[in-house]
Amino acid sequence: MRPFLYDRAASTESAPRAFDGLKEASLIQGRAPAEYLAGGTTLLDLMKLDVMQPARVVDITPLEPQHGSIAISDAGLRLGALVKMSTAADHPAVIKTYPVLAQSLTLAASAQLRNMATLGGNLLQRTRCNYFRDTSWSACNKRNPGSGCAALDGLNRQHAILGASQDCIATYPGDFAQALMALDATLDIAGPSGSRTIPIATLHKPPGSTPHIETTLAPGELITALSIPAGPWTRRSLYLKIRDRQSYEFALASAAIALHLDGDTVKDVRIALGGVASVPWRARDAEASLIGKPLNEATATAAARMAFVGSAPRTHNAYKVTLGQKTVVRALLQAATLEG
Amino acid sequence: MVDAAAPAPKANMGDPVPRYDARAKVTGSALYASDVALPDVAYAFLLSSAIAKGRIKSFDLREARALPGVLDILTHENIGEAIRKVKFFTEGGPASNSILPLGSAEIAYGGQTIAVVLANTYEVARDAAHRVKVDYEVDRPTATFESPGAVDQELATQNKKHDDPKVGDFAAAYATAPVKIDVAYSTPAQHHNPIELFATQCGWNGSQLTVHEPSQNVYGLKNGLATQLGIEPSQVRVVSPFIGGAFGSKGALTQRTALVAIAARKLGRPVKLVPTREQGFTVATYRAETKHRIKLGATRDGKLQALSHDGFEVTSRPDPYAVAGTDASTRMYACPNITSNVTIVRADRSTPGFMRAPAETPYFFALESAMDELAVALAMDPVELRRLNDTMKEPIKSLPYTSRTLMPCFDQASEAFGWSKRNPQPGSMRDGDWLIGWGCATSAYPTQMAPATARVSLFPDGTARVEAASHEIGNGIYTVAGQTAAERLGVPVGKVQVLMGDTDLPPAPVSGGSISTASVCSAVAQACDAIRAKLGDNGTGAVPTVDLVATLKERGLGSVQEYAEWMPHGAAKGGMQMLYKGAAQPIGGAKLPDRIQFAFGAQFVEVRVHARTREIRVPRIVGAFASGRIMNTRTAHSQYMGGMIWGIGSALHEKTEIDANAARYVNTNLADYLVPVNADVVDVQVIMVPEEDTLVNPLGIKGIGEIGIVGTSAAIANAIYHATGQRLRDLPLRIDSLVEAA
Repeated sequence: MRPFLYDRAASTESAPRAFDGLKEASLIQGRAPAEYLAGGTTLLDLMKLDVMQPARVVDITPLEPQHGSIAISDAGLRLGALVKMSTAADHPAVIKTYPVLAQSLTLAASAQLRNMATLGGNLLQRTRCNYFRDTSWSACNKRNPGSGCAALDGLNRQHAILGASQDCIATYPGDFAQALMALDATLDIAGPSGSRTIPIATLHKPPGSTPHIETTLAPGELITALSIPAGPWTRRSLYLKIRDRQSYEFALASAAIALHLDGDTVKDVRIALGGVASVPWRARDAEASLIGKPLNEATATAAARMAFVGSAPRTHNAYKVTLGQKTVVRALLQAATLEG
Repeated sequence: MVDAAAPAPKANMGDPVPRYDARAKVTGSALYASDVALPDVAYAFLLSSAIAKGRIKSFDLREARALPGVLDILTHENIGEAIRKVKFFTEGGPASNSILPLGSAEIAYGGQTIAVVLANTYEVARDAAHRVKVDYEVDRPTATFESPGAVDQELATQNKKHDDPKVGDFAAAYATAPVKIDVAYSTPAQHHNPIELFATQCGWNGSQLTVHEPSQNVYGLKNGLATQLGIEPSQVRVVSPFIGGAFGSKGALTQRTALVAIAARKLGRPVKLVPTREQGFTVATYRAETKHRIKLGATRDGKLQALSHDGFEVTSRPDPYAVAGTDASTRMYACPNITSNVTIVRADRSTPGFMRAPAETPYFFALESAMDELAVALAMDPVELRRLNDTMKEPIKSLPYTSRTLMPCFDQASEAFGWSKRNPQPGSMRDGDWLIGWGCATSAYPTQMAPATARVSLFPDGTARVEAASHEIGNGIYTVAGQTAAERLGVPVGKVQVLMGDTDLPPAPVSGGSISTASVCSAVAQACDAIRAKLGDNGTGAVPTVDLVATLKERGLGSVQEYAEWMPHGAAKGGMQMLYKGAAQPIGGAKLPDRIQFAFGAQFVEVRVHARTREIRVPRIVGAFASGRIMNTRTAHSQYMGGMIWGIGSALHEKTEIDANAARYVNTNLADYLVPVNADVVDVQVIMVPEEDTLVNPLGIKGIGEIGIVGTSAAIANAIYHATGQRLRDLPLRIDSLVEAA
């Protein structure tokens, strides 16, 4: 790993200053002048691999007292960005009222990683594309813009079939963001030019022709809290994750479902997909197709088909089109059997 | 309380004595190669080739050399031919491949070591390695089977020792067989991935070199390294008391050791190398991908009439490595007409090597899947098909098995599994949304041994010492060697000190081919019997007829020490001398002129496949094995169970992905190279079936380290067929193909 300056953040307001004075430096992600460090489960790995080479690392764990708590009210759930994955996953009220959130966290990573990783950092974890994570592969537009994409004609069993581009087919690897997408969460963001709140759906950017720009966060901006509004769909929610082994693996396909039923009729439904897309993916057309209808094999299958319209499989990931649809059907039908 | 990990011994089985090294390992006092703290050590970091074929035009080392703390950088430009050539492993030498370390600018495979950065700290060495710029001239590489540039060669033309087993007239018998199948299978490249990385530490004291490296063959490493460095073997000591997993990957001399030794000599201080997990994929060897075509012909009542097995194996350009599992797969069942062939396919890849049950793992996936397909074609129970074709003579030369307890294994495993409740109709057994499938397969592994030595000492305080340079790879060799001495000398097992893993000790053969227990314990027993004879015990049984310690005291002796050289049945005349050079070859299995010796087993598996999304899980697996004398039911249980779990991984998870364009490995880490996690291993039951074999060796021991993995993947594939009606013929068995057809 390359030598770097290490700072401990004194306050949320002062932390972004670490990014000052380095503005002339390249803003390409992966060569950023500074990076925030929380659990370190992505950053340290990628620094050791020489994929990320920040000149400065700002440790934000001292801000845990301000951003490390969980608050639940009639209006919804508020999670500090420095809450550990395991803390949120084990929280009784989260498990009871927002099962999709708890499940997406419990099914991710390993116990050791969940005890280290924070919720804010989890949203920003970077792709597992092997061509990105190993610098000896020369072609990777995400790591080295303009160099090409070795995955297009390389090994792409893990890669995205939705939201990818000719420049990058890397999959967004996380689980939790899909659950937040399904629940229309918002993010509080602090930064050099003040604070703002954005919908989670606007955090991640599809690769397009600039796969090295992964989020809409400006340099120095910091996620401080995640807010999940209450709603009649949160209790009847689940996260279904399909993978080759039973635990400790990224999703081949996953679905976050939140469902509001009126009798047998779908009043509201949210479907977010993981393992198949370049960013956390909301299947809005599929959702719309179910509103006002009963949820059964036929309607779920039609919705699942709609969710994968426009998918663009490559040599090794065509199975994800079928698997993704079946995952959606199974998740929808399973959600319908839950208590509301 | 019943301790499943320490089963009560049955007939011809030893006590479940706790592991000799258990406390040291649990408390962390066992020092592995990279744990040894050498004074003033410098650190090495390897730079690996980013291309699979071509040559290095130039290095730009300026930025790396400028980093504070960097001591030196070794490349072909300053090493060249400094390291002398040693022979490749299967040509009787110690080397894992025949490429000279940093010998030239030529690149023969992706990940080849092209530079060694030396620095005062690991961190600086690694950082500097990232700053080395390499200008390559790139040639288009050949990745694998059917890639442009792949060259097929019949193994018999490349390896004079190989002879394709054949008997009768296969073509005629197959043509007229009333029931037949013709099927193709494939298995992927796999890497051992032992948890302990491929560490090496070297330190010189004058002209004496000490090497700390995890090794399955310390004498091979010592002698090979001496040749490479142009020094006497007596100048090299290899220390390897504990090995954190090996599975074949630590048996041969890899390129790294000589480079670290030279670096230490150059710097005048010890050097430590711990390659990364990613580099482990090309620093050591791997199991190459294979393809198979099997034809079986049978009578309507299930008697095999014709069997053909063609194997295809990838190897490197320079080395004709092959596992040639047809030696075993053609000899399992009675059949009058057999033919076989092995073809090697040369590609721009690193040279493959031994990996747990090297030959049997891929070849029995094919054979035992094909037997299941034949049972389906015959509408016959797959266990009964094996019973009908069971034989006490191998069919190629009609040589007798020294013992064969296959069907009792099937019967005991079948009973414990509940096989009689199986509905043979595919898709007929279901639990809610999960399809249930039951499958079975034969396990077998050749019983091999090699020349071995041991020094045993008995002392008047009632203690004893066993010395042999064998290797504790998790097989429990410390424990069973100590047990052997305790029993034969009549002292408590806790009073026996066992020293291993050091070339200052008497030589033991490579710990591979499941030979260690049979070879080393035979030498230990021979030394003990010499002590007994010296002390007036003329008995030949396992336990002495006189109190040896009392006799020792009576005679006023300070100790009695005996050194034994033990030779197995069928060993070549010069075998003992070869042992001292670290080059003794295992002998046995199907390679003997007068008999055939194998261990056998049967595995039964339950799979669950989700009816909709088709993920595959293995909730239950039962294996029964008969392997002659079991020295210790605790360590044996662990070996069998570990093998079966390997089998689950081999069937469902493990695959080294190869980039078809670059001919390089892609998923070189443990998040992407999948092995089973605890949640994948639910109910594993091991049954040890008593067996007595008085021929294999005086103690009646067969090897058990590898048989547990053999057949597991076929049993799982057969169970998936039973669950779904879909026959998967390519490992790993994955959701990809199941979900498309569902």
